[in-house]
Parts: sequence; structure tokens; C-alpha cells
Amino acid sequence: MSEALLRATGLRLAFGGVRAADGIDLDVMKGEFLAIIGPNGAGKTTFINMTTGYLKPNAGEIAYEGRRITGLSPRAIVKLGIARSFQLPQLFLEHTVEQNVALAVAARMGIWSPLAPLLRPSHRDEARDILARFGLTAIADSRADALNEGARKLADIAMAVALKPRLLLMDEPTSGVAASEKMTIVETLVNVLRDAKVTAVFVEHDMDVVERFADRVAVWSQGRIAALGPPAEVLADPAVQREVIGIERHPTKEAPHA
Amino acid sequence: MKRIEPILALALAGAIIAAAVAAPWLRFVLTIALAKGIAVMGILLLLRAGQVSFGHALYIAFGAYTVAFLAPRVGDAVVLLPLAALGAGALGLLIGLFVTRYRQIFFGMLNLAMSMVFYSLLEKLYHFTKGSDGIRVEIMPVAGQALDRIAYEWTIFGIALGLAFALGLLLRLYLASPMGEALAGIKTRETRLEFMGVPARGVLLSAYVLSAMVGGLGGALIALTSRHVTPLLAYWTSSGELVFIAILGGAGGVLGPFLGATAYELIRVYAAASFADAWQMILGASLLLVILFAPGGVWGMAARAVGGRGR
Repeated sequence: MSEALLRATGLRLAFGGVRAADGIDLDVMKGEFLAIIGPNGAGKTTFINMTTGYLKPNAGEIAYEGRRITGLSPRAIVKLGIARSFQLPQLFLEHTVEQNVALAVAARMGIWSPLAPLLRPSHRDEARDILARFGLTAIADSRADALNEGARKLADIAMAVALKPRLLLMDEPTSGVAASEKMTIVETLVNVLRDAKVTAVFVEHDMDVVERFADRVAVWSQGRIAALGPPAEVLADPAVQREVIGIERHPTKEAPHA
Repeated sequence: MKRIEPILALALAGAIIAAAVAAPWLRFVLTIALAKGIAVMGILLLLRAGQVSFGHALYIAFGAYTVAFLAPRVGDAVVLLPLAALGAGALGLLIGLFVTRYRQIFFGMLNLAMSMVFYSLLEKLYHFTKGSDGIRVEIMPVAGQALDRIAYEWTIFGIALGLAFALGLLLRLYLASPMGEALAGIKTRETRLEFMGVPARGVLLSAYVLSAMVGGLGGALIALTSRHVTPLLAYWTSSGELVFIAILGGAGGVLGPFLGATAYELIRVYAAASFADAWQMILGASLLLVILFAPGGVWGMAARAVGGRGR
């Protein structure tokens, strides 16, 4: 766990007057589960967006396996082995869950075959295998626009996993999921990711989830990393409790994109 | 439904052949319907991505004029058809590189603009195109065989029917392939494609080039059948007609364009013969009825009649 898979140095990005990243240095270690917590609007999603090439930082750089990836397109970055999931699941709504995942499999294997079916045996088997690991077999044939929020979240992540990434960035994997389902979903997720030996970064608001599943926690506050370390240590810090957990107890302003 | 589709296709082909044999004057109408059906498959392809082209008559006209220009030099329908398709495909690639940057209304209107530019060129370059007089296409040999008029018309009819079948089958495979399903993904979640490493524009461009090729092919068949090409082929109303047929037929399956085109041409012929002044009103009313009561088009109605669903 000593080797950095992803290394961000001096990352800066401002939207108007808001500094989403104000000199971020952050290493993601190979094999770890790193949780990013912090108040809404702190810049957590911005970090995912910068890492996946959706946003370009004003300054600083991100290196993946020692290679600079700032300035590359989302497409090029996916090909290097970095996938993401979304806070608001981005599914192909008119396709079934199985087709959604098979499309991700095809995206990895090469989609430029105009005559062989998407659901050819190899793609279908792999899609079904992934759905089985996520416990989604029962809804494989449901249309994506007919799912509940928990299933949608999992299907969204299943698509990212089908890309066989080495680094997976998840934006609030448990937000919108019913509290009763939450732990089961995260448990499933963690098992799948451990089996696939995927390094994961996840933005999270639920401290129980963080405490139980993260190897390390980074506290993102006003564009800076206010604290970084094992969950037990970081979450016990009074300053962190005041700044992050305190705010979480008053969920008055829930911005759709934190 | 998918399994019944080939049977329905055979039934439709049988009905078309029977009608063409029973009423020789219908042969012309039905050949045109098949040609338009082939072109409308291109509209269907773009509709999969949620995009409507209001300018695809451009490719019909391009294919038709390719035949008209090259007929005196090449003079064989079997050579002219692939030339028209390839030429239209090349033009589609050129224009597609530009228009596939845009979506929705901008995509539709840019296509319209392109087709109107082509229309103006056909009108104004009288020296080459004979302007609105158009160009006559003589009866030509097919695969080296010199034919009399009747045999020629039957042969073009047969080629149109054969192409409709072959291309319908290919389109069906294409739509179920990763490229086709990614195309449908553009309609609902284009950005997700990019985050999966799939170039959405490339997917749309491929479909656009294919749609231009079938447009060119349809246009070439129209030129070989009507044996007279005019700039009106590229006029915006002709593009509108293609979208009209696509909606009339239904976008659910590859049979839709052919059901739509046959229905369209037959309604037009019979309405024009029975109510000369009101045929456009009758066409409009039929489309209105289809949109109100059968949003899946003729294909959707057929699908429901045999107990499946349109898609």
C-alpha cells in the first residue's frame, strides 16, 4: 500500500469566486479505499471531474501511474483504466440493465462491430456475471428507467466496473438510497471491488459508511484538504466533527452536486 | 415481435409483388415506394439517436443526379447504383463531420440548410444541370442486358425489392450491434458514452454516413424509375416527406419505413385520383390520425395486431 496510483499536486480550480480546489496535494495508494468527505460545495465532485478529464484544473497536475493525465479527454482517461460512477446515475434509460452493462463491456472490447449483436454470448455472459456479483440478476431485463434509486446506483457502478478499471471514482454511491438498504449495498460493493482488486475513491456523506469501509479519509473543505488519515483518527478530530459531521446533522441545504 | 418481423416482411413483399402484377400501373408507384423506403431507413437510423434530419432529400437528389450525369458514360444500372451509394456516402462523410457536432433542432436545421444549398446549385448551374427542366434518364442496360421498357421496369422493381430486403436485414443487425445500441445511447445519455471511452460523435457519424448511402441508393432507384430528375428532389418538402414517411411507418423496426412509404405513396395516388384538390389534406389527416391514435405508426399497429409490441 505504499505506492501511489494517482497523485495530484498543486491542483487549483476556481468557479468564479468559489475555490473548489485551492492547492490540493493528494495521493491515492494502490489498493486502498479512500473516502472524501466534506461539506456540500467543498469541491469533492470537482476532484472526480478533474481526474476523469471532464474539467481541467487552472493549475497543478494529476498523474496516474506516474503519467500526467491532466488535459486528456474523458475518453482517453477511461482507456488508461480510470472509471467513474455518478451521483445521479447515468444509465441508458431506454435499455435494459443487462444491455447497459453489456454496452460497457462492449465499450471496453471495442464497439466498432456493426453486425454482431451487442448481446453476443461473450458480452452477455460477462454482463450477467457482473450483475450477479452486484446482486442485480433479478432486474437484468428491467428497463433502466423503471428501477428504484438503490438499483439505479448499483447498476451505474456495475457499468463502471464492467470497464475493468484499476481506479474507480464513485460520487456519493449511497446518496438517495434508503437507509435500510444502505449497508447491504455498500457491503456488496466493497466485496466486488476487493475481488476485482480495484482501488477506489468515493465521495461520501454517511459517516457510518466511511468508518466501516474506508482505509483512509480525506476531509475536503473550502478547496483544501483539512485532514487526511485513518477514519478512526480523522473522525475523532474535534475540528473535523465541527466542520463536517456537524453540518451533516443539519441537512437543510442538499445541493444536487456537492 | 422480432421473430415475426421476417414473416411480416415476406408477407409485405408478397403483397407488393401481387399488387404490381395485378395492376401494372402500380408497379411504378411501388418501385418509388420501395426506393423511398430504402432512403427512409436512413432517417430511422438517425431517429435511433434521437436526431431528426430535415435535409435528407439532399442525398436522394445526389444519388439521382449521379445516375443522370453518369448514365451516358457508364450506362448500366448495376454499376450506377453502387456509385450513387458511394458518392452519397462520401458527401455524407463530408457534411457529417460538420453536422454531427450539433444535436436536436440545430442538427435538423443544418441538414435542411445543406439540402437547400444543393437545391440552389442544381437550379442555378443551368449549364450542367439544365436547371429546373431537369435531366432525362434513358432506359439503360442492366448487368449488360439490353431490355425493353416493360422488362426494364420489372428489373428495377426487382432490384429495389431485393435491396430493400438485403438492406433491411443489414440495418436490423446494425441496430442490435454495439454500434447500433450505442447510437440509441446517444438519445438518452450521450455523456456516459464518453465516460465509457466511446466516441459518441464517431458513432453518430458512422450512422450518418450509412444514412447518406441508403439515401443515395434510394435516389438512384428513383432516377432509374421515374427516368427524369429535377432539383425538386432536393427541395425541403422532399426532406419533410421522408420524415413524414418515417413517422407514418413507425420508427420501431426496419419494416416501418417500407410500410410507411407504401402507405404514403398509395394514399397519395388514390387521394390524388379521387380528390384532385384535396390530396394533401388527406395525407395530412392520415398523419394526424396516426400520431393521435397510433404513435408507433403503421408498424406499431401491425405489431399490436399480431400481439407483440412495436419495439
